[in-house]
Amino acid sequence: MSKFLVRRILLGLLTLFLVSVVVFAATQALPGNAAIAILGRNATPARVAALTRQLHLNESALSQYTHWLGNILHGNLGISAATQQAVTKYIGGRLANSAFLVLVSALVAVPLSIALGVFMAVRRDKPTDHVLSVGTLGLAAVPEFVIGIALILLLATNASHVLPAVSLIPPGEHAWNVPKVVILPAATLILAVTPYISRIMRASMVEVLESDYVTMARLKGLPNRTVIWRHAVPNAIVPAIQVSALQLAWMAGGVVMVEFVFSYPGIGTALIDAVGNRDIPVVQALALIIAAVYVVVNLGADVITVLVTPRLRTAAR
Amino acid sequence: MAVAEPPTTTAVTVRELKIDLVSSGSDIVDQIVLDVRAGDVLGLVGESGSGKTTVGMALMGYCRPGGRVTGGEILIDGRPLAKMAAGELRKLRGGTVSYIPQDPGTALNPALRIGRQLSEMLEAHTAGASAEQRRVRIRETLEEVALPNDDEFLRRYPHQLSGGQQQRVAIAMAFACRPHVIVCDEPTTGLDVTTQARVLETIRDLCRSHNVAAVYVSHDLAVVAELADQVAVMYAGRIVERGPRDAIFSAPRHPYTRKLLRAVPDLEGRRAVVGIGGRAPLPGDRPSGCFFHPRCDLATDQCRAQFPPATGMGGHIVHCYHAEEALTALPTTGEMTAAAQAGETVITVENVNATYGHNHVLHDIDLTVRRNECVALVGESGSGKTTIARCIAGLHTDWTGEIKLNDRSLPESARRRTAEARKQIQYVFQNPYASLNPRRTVGQTIARQLQLFFPQNRRETGRRVAECLERVALSSAAANRYPDQLSGGERQRVAVARALAAEPSLLVCDEITSALDVSVQAAIVELLRELRVQTGLSMLFITHNLALIRTIADRVVVMTEGKIVESGPTLDVFTSPSAAYTEKLLANTPTVEAALQH
Amino acid sequence: MSTSAVTSEALAATAPPEMRQRQWRVLARATMSQWRSRIGLVIVVVMVLIAIFGPLLAPHPPTAFVSAPNSPAGQNGLLFGSDGIGRDVWSRFLYGGRTVLGMAVASTIIGVGLGLIIGLAAAYFKGWIDEVLMRISDVFMAFPQIVLALLLVAAFGPSVPLIILIVGISHAPRVARVIRGAAVQITERDFVKAAEAVGEPRRRIIFGELLPNVTSPLLVECGLRLTFSIGLIAGLNFIGAGLQPPIADWGVMISENRLAVTVQPWGVVLPVLAIALLTIGTNLLTDGFARAAIGLDRGE
Repeated sequence: MSKFLVRRILLGLLTLFLVSVVVFAATQALPGNAAIAILGRNATPARVAALTRQLHLNESALSQYTHWLGNILHGNLGISAATQQAVTKYIGGRLANSAFLVLVSALVAVPLSIALGVFMAVRRDKPTDHVLSVGTLGLAAVPEFVIGIALILLLATNASHVLPAVSLIPPGEHAWNVPKVVILPAATLILAVTPYISRIMRASMVEVLESDYVTMARLKGLPNRTVIWRHAVPNAIVPAIQVSALQLAWMAGGVVMVEFVFSYPGIGTALIDAVGNRDIPVVQALALIIAAVYVVVNLGADVITVLVTPRLRTAAR
Repeated sequence: MAVAEPPTTTAVTVRELKIDLVSSGSDIVDQIVLDVRAGDVLGLVGESGSGKTTVGMALMGYCRPGGRVTGGEILIDGRPLAKMAAGELRKLRGGTVSYIPQDPGTALNPALRIGRQLSEMLEAHTAGASAEQRRVRIRETLEEVALPNDDEFLRRYPHQLSGGQQQRVAIAMAFACRPHVIVCDEPTTGLDVTTQARVLETIRDLCRSHNVAAVYVSHDLAVVAELADQVAVMYAGRIVERGPRDAIFSAPRHPYTRKLLRAVPDLEGRRAVVGIGGRAPLPGDRPSGCFFHPRCDLATDQCRAQFPPATGMGGHIVHCYHAEEALTALPTTGEMTAAAQAGETVITVENVNATYGHNHVLHDIDLTVRRNECVALVGESGSGKTTIARCIAGLHTDWTGEIKLNDRSLPESARRRTAEARKQIQYVFQNPYASLNPRRTVGQTIARQLQLFFPQNRRETGRRVAECLERVALSSAAANRYPDQLSGGERQRVAVARALAAEPSLLVCDEITSALDVSVQAAIVELLRELRVQTGLSMLFITHNLALIRTIADRVVVMTEGKIVESGPTLDVFTSPSAAYTEKLLANTPTVEAALQH
Repeated sequence: MSTSAVTSEALAATAPPEMRQRQWRVLARATMSQWRSRIGLVIVVVMVLIAIFGPLLAPHPPTAFVSAPNSPAGQNGLLFGSDGIGRDVWSRFLYGGRTVLGMAVASTIIGVGLGLIIGLAAAYFKGWIDEVLMRISDVFMAFPQIVLALLLVAAFGPSVPLIILIVGISHAPRVARVIRGAAVQITERDFVKAAEAVGEPRRRIIFGELLPNVTSPLLVECGLRLTFSIGLIAGLNFIGAGLQPPIADWGVMISENRLAVTVQPWGVVLPVLAIALLTIGTNLLTDGFARAAIGLDRGE
């Protein structure tokens, strides 16, 4: 198992390294002078020259990359071209806001989805299953920004103004201190990921309920509750863990749209602003962070999978 | 913990049981009548799809999804299952009637420890017992099935046990609550003969010592002959014949039973196997009258009109209008034909060592097959017999040593061999459900083989396809079929036809009958024998079934743990084995003949 | 041979004449026997017809100023009123589907095509080819699709061909994983080994043995990726990273009108409904097909 972990971590590091290459290649290898692209056409020649030196643009691509990566590893994400702030300072508070939004959503969505999936599987092919199954299927298809706007139309316009349509958080304030503005964005994310996890859980559970060992448990005369929760669920949960990780990682991207819809001051709005302003250092930093979240979350899911599967846990100790 | 007094009367009574498919309403089984006394073992025999497992499960008040009991009654200890409430039924399952599954590898929960799975059985059925009493009982039961009963063992997960140990755990579980009735669903199917022999002994001893009534569901006539006191033979959802074991096996009266016995290979080699033509009908697709009439030589108009009622006496019941004729008209033995003379060497395997990753799976293998010779390669699972076959065919490439075809050395991988070498060695796979491309018709599959080795125009190919099918006794109509429209036996015939289309000199048959019913297996074996007589084909026949070898092979090579332990002419190896391992295999292989002698 | 007569008869008696088209017809029938597929098909057909033929029915050009800003529905003969700068909401809606649908279909074709080739190659060749292809896929999958798209838009600026390409490329590793998974199972089956043993050319094994056996997951991927493409492209247009105003496009419309949603709801409601219905429709149809394919494979 420790061998598996080491291999898995090394692979994760390799992926992260290649991710940084992709980010660098996509943004730094811009056609024309990157310093002008970053500073804009009106920049003074002196400033362009300064930035060219700072970014080592007059050196080879490889040397540029090593400088860039070296800075990142030292926690220096560069200077935002649009705000002239240090990128770390600019995105710090926003990162916390986004993380809070994603965590709140995940803490509601994952248990809810697993319960829903088990419920659907146990009532397989009954009317409740059909209704929930088609409902989650439809919801799974709808893009998250459409869900967000639909929620605004339903809950935050003149008709029924129960919740704020715009998530105003005063600068310097944290999202957890203004919980009311988190409700709609979180609800949007929950509605967007719950269908996926619950459908996987249902499918996995249906398969397990058809397995020989569940039949065996029934033929042993065990109470239904024991059959479901002790014999079936622990075996069915692995795919749900995997897809939960994928969805959690997806949320790191999903927040982009959702934050934009609600003007929620997180990394999503920051990314869209940065793309609009062609603020390359901020785009680079956010793309790297989001990809890193994906790699780490998947690593975590693999470890949990091994821990809950006796066959894997006891295999290579 | 109260142990109930063992009942002395009939423990299981089934009367006119009928189970339907919910979807179509056609019956899976009907008119099932059974009686099992305490301490007796009833063998419920049938081929796949006969409904034997459905009946077995019904004894526990359980129907697999899609099925429903629609008629008749089942009494356990005189209490009708139909009248039981859900809670009572749950108490019955595992408590009064328990179950030994076919494949403990899938029937034991992979996420729960052995101890947990045993103790929850007791928790569910012995309400008053303390944890300590349960622990004592678990240890007792494990000892009865000859498993270690220390804490370390109880903490293990199923995957940490061998197949035989897993089955013993399942047996311990079944006997833990001292049931009155046990349903065994082919519990030794996946096990090697040696393990099977020990597991069967355990089941028999426990049934005797606890005075349990057992229903042993199986397709294996030899195992049933060894174990059962009473036998019921099922065909297409009906019991066609039932009675005491000796009567069923020495004087069977139903044509199906007689033909089935003829299909079982005999370890003593006194008779050839004969298959049963056609295929068993599925629910909803059954003929009128007696379901066996389309495959029966004695069928008359009466058989086609109405299902035969039960006749017979002395507890030997048969559903056939021609039961008396069958006794004389249908022999239960076939005749053995002499094999042809072997010629020059076709394939030579010299000093071959093979590995899978870091595992050394073959050690210094030497083997030859001569023209017109059938060499059987026999061994238990994991012995390396299939690996040899794959090395010869160029499918497994991690080997050293030499393999020669007609004295010319072959490269490791099929891709690097000449087209001629690939044509000369043809391989038939174990599982006919996986060896044919499901998206191609039978005709396309065979035509592709012909085009590869004999490029010619389409019309000519079409004609040859029909020829190839004819050679394996399939009609040319089969060419338009997709594999999923054929039965297992028909598919395996197609696979053989595809191999023969290349006009090979060596046919490698890798357990080609192990996925098939015994009557179909016999028909394939017959086919192979005839092909050898007609074409002078050489054959390497890989199998774990010793009795089958006796009916087909000229020479036998016995393998275990990647080594050859014995080889020689079939007769010599069977009558005076030199290796202890061969002796053990022979002793542990159950046969109908041997069973009837004791 | 004692068995020949019976076997031949049994086959001849039940052999339907034309078998070639059978598998697809059975699959289509199994798909359409489910309510979800029927509903999905109706929605998809209606929405595609609106997207393609909508412009022919539009009473006004999509960019013409025909009324005072934000006039309510029904006024000045405008069915759903006018938007913030006085253009006809209904006409812009009827024009706005072509772009989304066209771009989504194009990127789906690119993504599924690329993913199919990568997936089949990885499954068949195994070893280092598989390893390299899957590691590269991992890297691209580490970026949520929207983030990958924004990264490249930041570098190269918004452009339609770029968006189509990026969305396609971001699908490819996901499709490749699914196809690889399905194809690896097929390569383990004996009929592929049989083809290897007789020396079938590799090209024929990949396209003759593997491809026909992954058509069901391939079609499911097509439907799924189309659903996601629609959402992604509409989203990129919505946040201003794709098509730019004044083009009439559902995504662009939502972003133009969302601040005035209280005075002129239709400018948001119509495109939101359209996108939701289109994606729901494609997903219902895809799921119906997937269930039918699984059911048939299991022999139900």
